[in-house]
Amino acid sequence: MGDFPILTAMLVVPLIGAIACLFLDAKPARMVALLATLIDLALGIVLWANFDIGGAQWQFTERANLFAGFEYALGIDGIALMLIMLSVFLMPICIGASWEAITKRVGEYMCAFLVMETLMIGVFAAQDIFLFYIFFEAGLIPMYLIIGVWGGQNRIYAAYKFFLYTLLGSVLMLIAMLWMVNFANGETSIPVLMETNFPAEAQTWLWLAFFASFAVKMPMWPVHTWLPDAHVQAPTAGSVILAGVLLKLGGYGFIRFSLPMFPDASADFGWLVWGLSMVAVVVTSLIALVQHDMKKLIAYSSVAHMAIVTVGLFAFNVQGLEGAMMVMLGHGLVSGALFLCVGVIYDRLHTREIDRYGGLSINMPAYAVLFMLFTMASVGLPGTSNFVGEFLSLAGIYQANSWVAFICTTGIILGAAYMLYLYRRICFGEQKNADAAAMPDLSVREWLLLGPIAAAVLWMGVYPESFLAPMRSDIQILDARLAAAAPEGDAHLEIGEGASAQEEHHEGEAH
Amino acid sequence: MDLAASLGLVAPEIVLSLSGLVLLLLAAWGGDKGARVISVAACVALGGAFALVAPSVCTGASGPDTVAFGGQFRADAFAGLAKLMIFAASGAVLVVAPRFFERLDSMRAEIPVLVLFAALGMSIMVSATDLVTLYIGLELNSLSAYVLAALLRNDERSAEAGLKYFVLGGLASGILLFGMSLTYGFAGTTNFGGIAVAVSDGLSIGQMFGLTFVLAGLAFKISAAPFHMWTPDVYEGAPTPVTMFFASAPKVAAIALLARVSLEAFGSQAGAWQQIVIFAALLSIVIGALGAIGQQNVKRLLAYSSINNVGFILIGLAAGTADGASAMLVYLAIYVVMTVGSFIAVLLMRDADGNAVEGISDLAGLSTTRPALAWCLMALMFSLAGIPPLFGFWGKFVVFQAAVEADLVALAAIGIAASVIGAFYYIKIVKVMFFDEPADTVKGAADTPHWALLAICALLISPLGYLLTGWLGSLADMAAASLALAF
Repeated sequence: MGDFPILTAMLVVPLIGAIACLFLDAKPARMVALLATLIDLALGIVLWANFDIGGAQWQFTERANLFAGFEYALGIDGIALMLIMLSVFLMPICIGASWEAITKRVGEYMCAFLVMETLMIGVFAAQDIFLFYIFFEAGLIPMYLIIGVWGGQNRIYAAYKFFLYTLLGSVLMLIAMLWMVNFANGETSIPVLMETNFPAEAQTWLWLAFFASFAVKMPMWPVHTWLPDAHVQAPTAGSVILAGVLLKLGGYGFIRFSLPMFPDASADFGWLVWGLSMVAVVVTSLIALVQHDMKKLIAYSSVAHMAIVTVGLFAFNVQGLEGAMMVMLGHGLVSGALFLCVGVIYDRLHTREIDRYGGLSINMPAYAVLFMLFTMASVGLPGTSNFVGEFLSLAGIYQANSWVAFICTTGIILGAAYMLYLYRRICFGEQKNADAAAMPDLSVREWLLLGPIAAAVLWMGVYPESFLAPMRSDIQILDARLAAAAPEGDAHLEIGEGASAQEEHHEGEAH
Repeated sequence: MDLAASLGLVAPEIVLSLSGLVLLLLAAWGGDKGARVISVAACVALGGAFALVAPSVCTGASGPDTVAFGGQFRADAFAGLAKLMIFAASGAVLVVAPRFFERLDSMRAEIPVLVLFAALGMSIMVSATDLVTLYIGLELNSLSAYVLAALLRNDERSAEAGLKYFVLGGLASGILLFGMSLTYGFAGTTNFGGIAVAVSDGLSIGQMFGLTFVLAGLAFKISAAPFHMWTPDVYEGAPTPVTMFFASAPKVAAIALLARVSLEAFGSQAGAWQQIVIFAALLSIVIGALGAIGQQNVKRLLAYSSINNVGFILIGLAAGTADGASAMLVYLAIYVVMTVGSFIAVLLMRDADGNAVEGISDLAGLSTTRPALAWCLMALMFSLAGIPPLFGFWGKFVVFQAAVEADLVALAAIGIAASVIGAFYYIKIVKVMFFDEPADTVKGAADTPHWALLAICALLISPLGYLLTGWLGSLADMAAASLALAF
């Protein structure tokens, strides 16, 4: 690889594409956007191939002293690598999903998406705390435009809500960051700050300031209400990127900032996270059960899945952390795919009302098969991506608190209920609507969108080691950092006095 | 210090006064036909003054060598940086003003002369190290400004703006003079250095009253809440290029002056004025944000936006440190660029007949009818809201950094949380431009100078602006260091 600044290249390629799209007509803009995202995907694959598993913690580091007050510093560890891969994998699919659905102001639309890609990669690759903040916050602008310009009927309300909610969440984080940098004598590097021990009393409010931001992004109950609105009103590709990658920013924030930088406060506030997650799992799953709008249903299911992520993160053990990462990756693929599935039939009938469909397995068999796969993956069927993550997360939290594990596991059952109920109403039963019964099956373009995700979902379910291996050492480092603060588990196992060898021998004989 | 050295230090002011007087004579004899030529000449004079000031800023001039006329005046790097902003903003006004007034058939030769004298007044303000010099500069600026506000004699709103500005400005000057006389009475001197010595062992009641009245008078000039009431009316009524002038240059001058009075004259009694500044800062942020929400007129909205921004600048001052002063200057520089850019965008809003339109609803669907203007305005709005990666974020970043470093974490947290309220109306403008159906009122053709200035502003506030952070930061640090901080 040499010294080729691959991370900078991954930032610059979509940015150039974005600027070009602004000046192009619809057709060339689509081509440019697809090309830019595919180049980024190729660069991402090169990045993964060259990532030295078990090597240095931070790889592909770049540093340039361009600014005052903070540095242009990039670099990734295994966790960031996986999330970058998720972003670059979903981006070409998003462009493909918008190929025919978006007809007005195509150039600007593609520009917004490419800028989004740059910013997402930037968030995961930033090694300077303020550079991270800039990328993190800047995502508001393109997403505001995507929801507001190309969204559905109630798009303006949704765009406002998205913007102001997430902005309010993150401004306090900036003050906390300024305080931390001031405390660390002007050190802005994330790796250094991750090893800085902040005083315990300061950790409390620093943690709360970061929590305000990440909880909104995540989103955790009760600050999740922006998500269903934003999802429902965003165009299909917007929903995919929102569910697939943007929701991961919150989890990434927890794993990169809250946990390693404030381990004591994280342990102190573990009950808060657990409590909110338990409520979220049960309440949002029940809400999802009664939705009439497909996108809203999937949006609420996202909140429930993200709650599994947060309990995994705050289980303070390796299983929990690995599980949380795997749920994030799996959910990124599966919820993205589910939104695409909704998009496929929405493009044909222009309604998201569940009752307007029915019996689609008759006229759209291929669609029904793929939709079934993603439904099962969302439920967490073994062999699919989400099973691995959910199992590990729940196994992790079980060590910390079995009651939390018990309540969160009901989410899996409720998840099966609402997803299978959704699937039954859409794909099975009578074909009660003539127009829905006349819809053609998947086109080649739609196959190309859903096929790769299906393959990745199965890959992650059957051989998760490919995805766990790059993250393993980083998670161990994090676990070691958390070890001192980790709360004691509630399972007080008492190792019984084993029967003496003689007695056992006797018993054996008696049989 | 001998007279020659003093005269050398005030060379930029001498250039401005002489050219102002000569141009005034030309205007008196030449009539309004030569207005354009006089504008160009005034621009050249400002450019000359700019060039004369620039070296002192780059070298970070400070110390006794910069004191002129026995402590009446100081040409240090702090004043220099403020002067650069003032001259640049005044120059931008002179570029756009002739075209605006010619369209209304009221381009008069005295406009550039008045701008020149106002710039001279501001230049004296920022260099003043004596209450008397301060007042002379302030009044020279104010008197020119009153006339500028009322320039459109046939327009009732302009006359109203001029009258309101005059009456309330007169009141503010009165309050300021009262405070100055109290300060003089209880400190025994009008010189900042002398005051600093007199108050170094605690403020007497009289000095405290003097300080409070001086700050109240200056708060009027920078339109900080609770002395902001005149701003929306005056900004709406005054001709747009004049509003652009009011929102940029005099703000810089008055804030720099406020900083000098607080940090130099009363620097040892920071606790006394910090409370006042914190109160004004938070109130300005909140009132600026809430007041803007219901506005229908772009200029009124920008008036509230300027109140809001002054609040953030005051947070830098409230820190009471050299870092705070430096952050304030960085914010001011970015603020001037954003303000000039926003008002040029307003100037570009014209209907098919070339008449100015100012309603927010007239912007509807601008992104489809005039994409370039819409994108520039969007960048300016997000920048004013302080959303990264636009450069406006950097201004907020540095002032909050200074506040946090000065242990004012609560102030920073409340201030930044209140900035979210402000974001609401900025994104409302973006919503109107990008999400609404086109109203198709903005049609008029624009000319190159407007576009050039708008492009420069847009480029500066774009993410490329971050490349300037090192340079701007070091200039501001040197400028802040040159303030004779009395700690």
